[in-house]
Amino acid sequence: MSERSGRGPHPIPLPHPQGASPPGSRCFAATTARQAGEGEGEAVSPAGDAKKIRIATCSLAGCFGCHMSLLDIDERLFGLLELVEFDRTPLTDIKHCGPCDIGIVEGGVCNAENVHVLKEFRKNCKVLVAIGACAITGGIPALRNNLDLWDCFQEVYCYEGGLECGQIPDDPELPLPFDKVHPIYEVVKVDYFLPGCPPPADAIWKFLTDLLNGREPKLDYEMLHFD
Amino acid sequence: MSKTITIDGLTVPFRDGQTIMDAALASGVYIPHLCHNPEFKPHGSCKLCTVNVNGRNAASCTMPATEGLQVLNDTAELNDERRALVQMLFVEGNHLCPSCEKSGNCQLQAVAYYLEMMSPHYNHFYPTREVDASHPGILLDRNRCIYCELCVRASRDADGKNVFGLTGRGMATTLIVNSASGRLGDTTLAVTDKAVQVCPTGALMKKGLAYTVPIGRRIFDHHSIKDVQTGGGHE
Repeated sequence: MSERSGRGPHPIPLPHPQGASPPGSRCFAATTARQAGEGEGEAVSPAGDAKKIRIATCSLAGCFGCHMSLLDIDERLFGLLELVEFDRTPLTDIKHCGPCDIGIVEGGVCNAENVHVLKEFRKNCKVLVAIGACAITGGIPALRNNLDLWDCFQEVYCYEGGLECGQIPDDPELPLPFDKVHPIYEVVKVDYFLPGCPPPADAIWKFLTDLLNGREPKLDYEMLHFD
Repeated sequence: MSKTITIDGLTVPFRDGQTIMDAALASGVYIPHLCHNPEFKPHGSCKLCTVNVNGRNAASCTMPATEGLQVLNDTAELNDERRALVQMLFVEGNHLCPSCEKSGNCQLQAVAYYLEMMSPHYNHFYPTREVDASHPGILLDRNRCIYCELCVRASRDADGKNVFGLTGRGMATTLIVNSASGRLGDTTLAVTDKAVQVCPTGALMKKGLAYTVPIGRRIFDHHSIKDVQTGGGHE
């Protein structure tokens, strides 16, 4: 791990985006993902584990919609997995983030645990990416920022219909909620932002391929959305 | 021979009485703006239309065009400053696009897209502002108001009703409603009034439209505000 941590993103080949050609003649129709990864495009690098870019992802005060959109890159995931390996993500179920090249954070900061996770990501990730409206503006959870937190809890846990002996959870293991939800850049330094609710899969793909190929990420007009 | 100014090296004709913004729009040159609407008297408050005129910065919507002015508009430096202004507008209000019906048709959002604003950069204020839903056909959500004064001007100058006004100064500025109760439902404002059409954000919206045009098929989802405002006029 340590010998890898000194290396930044480098040019690596990726298959073409989905939709460039009809099913049947696409990248993986006749080749395996590994072959495709070595086939064409920019500078070829061996697909050995030692060269893989290590990525961690997490969702703080988010809905996992951005993660769903990441999965929505569909078959391009196979090509991506030839080039990257995952550290802590909801997919690997690894609980703590180790040294990584790229950290991708979905969701804003709404409680004390979010801050701990976010700081762990910042400490371990060379490049930290805020993905989605919540990580960038607070998003939908920030709609409660102008309401009293106690009023919110009472509304949800006590007054809402269909509850029996409603009570506000107070288990000491529950993280301390904040009175306001904040975007992650108000807590740690963020290197890149990828807006959207969620960002479209094509925007995530464009962003990741730019980053993995050592380019400054740039989205086309129709890929940049705040909604 | 008509009089001309130069914008980013392009020769742009103008008539006496026109501002730099008027001349630019007439020639299809886009200068980012939010508080300006050619149908109303310029307000000069959002400062997004700031251009460099003969070496000095000035608001192009209020600066009269005069023969031979050398104007710089689409420069990296000016666009950086414009982006910072838009970022400040975003953090000063509660502009949460995913929960806003206006998303995709919002000029504030569109200018942010045009300037490639990837984040609001500054710390959010999350101010507490009032929503007025008392009118049967119109919603006033002050969370999204950027104090451009367009509804004030439209209601006064076009509708002749004087429904809106700005009060307070600086950070304490708020949009008020001209009725004894201060509520929109107690005014003569009608859904068809110009004041309701001109809001660049989602602060003043007709009720009942909601998502009849779905997100993803709205004007700024596919068209840059530059093309919309220099080609087909104002939305």
